[in-house]
Amino acid sequence: MTTDLVRMENERLEMRLLLEAIYQKSGYDFRGYASAHIKRRLEHVRNRAGLATFCEVTHRLIWDAEFFDSVLSALSINVTEMFRDPGFYRAVREQVLPVLKTYPFIKVWHAGCAAGQEVYSMAIVLAEEGMKDRAQIYATDINPPVLEIARRGIYPLDAVRHYTANYQKAGGASSFSEYYTADYDSVAVKTALKQNVLFSPHNLVTDGIFGEMHVIFCRNVLIYFGDDLQNKVIKLFLDSLCNGGFLCLGTKESLRFSEHADAFEVVDAREKIYRKRPALPTPEAEAE
Amino acid sequence: MTSPPATDAVVIGASAGGLAAIGALLSALPAAYPLAVVVVQHIPADAADTLVRRFQRHCRLPVREAEDKDTVEPGIVFIAPADYHLMIEPDRRFSLSREERVNFSRPSIDILFETAAEAFCNRLVGVILTGASADGATGLAKIAAMGGTGVVQSPETAEVDVMPRAALAACAGARVLPLAAIGAFLARLIPESEAPCPPIS
Repeated sequence: MTTDLVRMENERLEMRLLLEAIYQKSGYDFRGYASAHIKRRLEHVRNRAGLATFCEVTHRLIWDAEFFDSVLSALSINVTEMFRDPGFYRAVREQVLPVLKTYPFIKVWHAGCAAGQEVYSMAIVLAEEGMKDRAQIYATDINPPVLEIARRGIYPLDAVRHYTANYQKAGGASSFSEYYTADYDSVAVKTALKQNVLFSPHNLVTDGIFGEMHVIFCRNVLIYFGDDLQNKVIKLFLDSLCNGGFLCLGTKESLRFSEHADAFEVVDAREKIYRKRPALPTPEAEAE
Repeated sequence: MTSPPATDAVVIGASAGGLAAIGALLSALPAAYPLAVVVVQHIPADAADTLVRRFQRHCRLPVREAEDKDTVEPGIVFIAPADYHLMIEPDRRFSLSREERVNFSRPSIDILFETAAEAFCNRLVGVILTGASADGATGLAKIAAMGGTGVVQSPETAEVDVMPRAALAACAGARVLPLAAIGAFLARLIPESEAPCPPIS
């Protein structure tokens, strides 16, 4: 029993060293991630590689570039689907888009877009609401190979039936098949949906602001972050949003524990849609 | 029966047949229960939200869906949200994940049990109930390895005995009890004042 406790503490030490090595080697910073999650992913990497300890993983990733890339892939979660959480998309149609329609032009940021399913889902919604042509969509992710999949927009055919059901539950107004062309075992998102969509690498942990956004989608990304990192990223979103801009989180995420919670008002508590309050005037501005 | 071990939290996993079994367990807990209770019941992704209301009907303790970064507080029954894995961090707070299914399940009992074992060490009781999957067996073995206590519903009293049998195969030292006796066992658990295994940051 004592040995198991000691073993656990030693493993945690080795894990911190491993994350430090990744950071120093590449700048990818997983040190502030939720540790239970990261530990499970790293155990998976270690066991798959047939290595006994995290220190052996560390040694190998320092010297073996291909192995390093595989570790990086294992640490990012790319499991998603189109119109996942259909209720969320209904809420966006009903509560966010009516406001966005009042702008002549909008900027949309999908932060942590993974393989792009959510980006194309929202592109469909924008198209159906007649707003696609006056939107610039930025879709960013930490993981370049996954971003390449997103850019191609090709998904397995057997996922599409599920996507279609989601689309209908999400209040989709037409036939989902209008939005893709089917091949033998895959479907390709139609080119028109990709217009005004810019896919680009961006690391939420280490990169900064790149524009003033009207709406930011960052769904099921923050759950992998520890408190400090969550705060840092929410501050990044706060600074990136225009006054009255929307922040959409995953259904089980919230600003409840964030030190920036007061800077947002709740638009939809269930679907975790928030809106940036206008900044309070600074004392200097009031004195003028 | 030997006196119950000092415990801070109880984790419960169930699959097929679990709704009734968990309801029965929760109804056995007193209103002033000094431990945290965390439940994974396998459920389809779109059947969300109904579990909390359903279990609350049977339970004198408040029943809540676990949220990301919530503290694992005593006196509350936390339910894993549908379609998310539920984990306990070393600082004894919840985290969620939408990574791949484990044992064909999300939430996975193994993931909850393995992470809870590291957060609570020997002050944890893990309970495996009825089910048609092997999920939870690895997690229960980990709880035992960290000094915690494994409890398995006796296969002959389980609606589906696959999960209890898998758990017993992986964790031979677990206590085997019929459902009613598990409720009584959990109701007697208390946290003692002796130094707990320290949460490690």
